[in-house]
Amino acid sequence: MDKKDTQIDTQETVISIKDLKKSFGPLNVLNGVNLEIKKGENVAVLGRSGTGKSVLIKIISGLLKPDSGLVKVFGQEVDKISEKELQELRLKIGFSFQNSALYDSMSVRENLKFPLVRNKRDLNDKEVNEAIESVLNDVGLPQTINQMPSELSGGQKKRIGIARTLILKPEIMLYDEPTSGLDPITCIELNNLILKVQKEYRTSSIIITHDLTCAKITGNKVAILNEGKFLKIGGFEEVFSSHDTYIKTFYDYNFTENNKIYER
Amino acid sequence: MESTSKNSDITAKKKYLISKGIDGFFEDIYDLYQFILRFFKEAFSAPVEWKEIVNQCYQVGYKTLLLVSVTGFITGTVFTKQSRPSLSAFGAASWLPSLVSIAIIKTMAPLITALIAAGKVGSNMGAELGSMKVTEQIDAMEVSATNPFKFLVVSRILAITFMMPVLVLYTGLVGMMGAYLNVHSNELTSFTSFFISAFKSIEFKDIFSSLFKALCYGFTIGVAGCYQGYYAQNGTQGVGRAANLAVVFSMFLIFVEELLIVQVLNSFR
Ligand SMILES: Nc1ncnc2c1ncn2[C@@H]1O[C@H](COP(=O)(O)OP(=O)(O)OP(=O)(O)O)[C@@H](O)[C@H]1O
Ligand SMILES: [Mg+2]
Repeated sequence: MDKKDTQIDTQETVISIKDLKKSFGPLNVLNGVNLEIKKGENVAVLGRSGTGKSVLIKIISGLLKPDSGLVKVFGQEVDKISEKELQELRLKIGFSFQNSALYDSMSVRENLKFPLVRNKRDLNDKEVNEAIESVLNDVGLPQTINQMPSELSGGQKKRIGIARTLILKPEIMLYDEPTSGLDPITCIELNNLILKVQKEYRTSSIIITHDLTCAKITGNKVAILNEGKFLKIGGFEEVFSSHDTYIKTFYDYNFTENNKIYER
Repeated sequence: MESTSKNSDITAKKKYLISKGIDGFFEDIYDLYQFILRFFKEAFSAPVEWKEIVNQCYQVGYKTLLLVSVTGFITGTVFTKQSRPSLSAFGAASWLPSLVSIAIIKTMAPLITALIAAGKVGSNMGAELGSMKVTEQIDAMEVSATNPFKFLVVSRILAITFMMPVLVLYTGLVGMMGAYLNVHSNELTSFTSFFISAFKSIEFKDIFSSLFKALCYGFTIGVAGCYQGYYAQNGTQGVGRAANLAVVFSMFLIFVEELLIVQVLNSFR
């Protein structure tokens, strides 16, 4: 669990976002976001509900188009490249959805098989099964292999959702609230998984979370999103030594039995 | 990436050209046009999702076979029964086989099959794609580098378009079987003489025009169902709406097309 020995390549920028703006009708969601992520670096993104965290990673993966600004992944502008280039880029990006988004007409095995057989057509059955089993072991759910998504608990769904993206061994992982709604023990396992993925595949990740423990453990940096901009980006200690009340409230809620934040 | 104007973003429009309703109507037409255009573009570009198309064809057949068999049979029997008195009044009961066969092959089989397919397959497409849309499964497919439009939409539209002619022929035959049984039990006509007089009056172009209609209806059902589902919004409510609109929309269009196709084909005679 020691994140100090993960090596971050300070030379290679994987994701670079400059002055990104996105609104939905009259609602300005992102209003000048800047962010740089290096190879092998994990950035935890915190922010209130509805500040556009999910929108941000959807723009990075090309699901939504930015209104203006520059979004580069591996040096390619996601909103400008051709459909084919985008498909190739997406193979390197894993996206774990906030509500799992498992294909509910398929069993767990088929859910995991789907991205694999469609993108790596040269694998034989044995290799496919091995890949499925190994990724299921990684998320700690080998026993669910023949179940349908409707038979899984929320936390199990979330982990299968992560497994489905890990199976393609992405170079970038975008986790949308990986630990929300999970018990502490599973949270620890998931945090370890995120670290393991970072270490083994040298993935860069964006981890959206409301859970400060998760942010502290998995993130090399923390970024606080507020009113369409990053209020602060930096190491965990550095960011949370801030006296900004918005940032302090996040900290107080997670780490202190602070009577001042409740009106008891 | 969505290439149509109706993507998941809600675009704010403060000014309307005419009125909200009328503008919306023309926007829908435009979106539908874009959707169909995209269908043709992606249907004819490699790679073809053969496996999924075959799977969807199987689904279409599986979902409708029992229903069209029963309805086709009943329609054939009842129609024969109802036509007998008026033909007998002219002493023309021997024309019964040709009359009912023409009616079944030319109009009833295509219409019945299309309406049943709209209710069964069209609504299913709307609901299935709609729920995949609102639970982000379509997005998930997209980020895992599978083109969801091709995999889900193109395969479904192609499947129902190709399956409809098959189903229509089948319904027609079942309907004629129903008619035969009724004729046989009343006029004691033999199997061969029934079908000989039936097929004497059916021309090749009747069958051709039925198959052509079937293709059009199949395409309509597929487009209506997939369009409604693929652009479903607003959670579970949107899924119900998509399923519902898929049926209403395709049934309405089927009748309009029936009218148009009959007019056009008649003008060639
Ligand atoms: N497709 C869309 N169409 C219209 N509005 C949208 C769309 N997606 C997101 N929004 C709006 O953008 C805002 C930000 O949404 P987003 O899902 O990014 O929030 P979030 O930061 O992820 O919140 P949470 O922590 O609750 O997940 C919300 O107000 C939402 O209503
Ligand atoms: Mg979110």
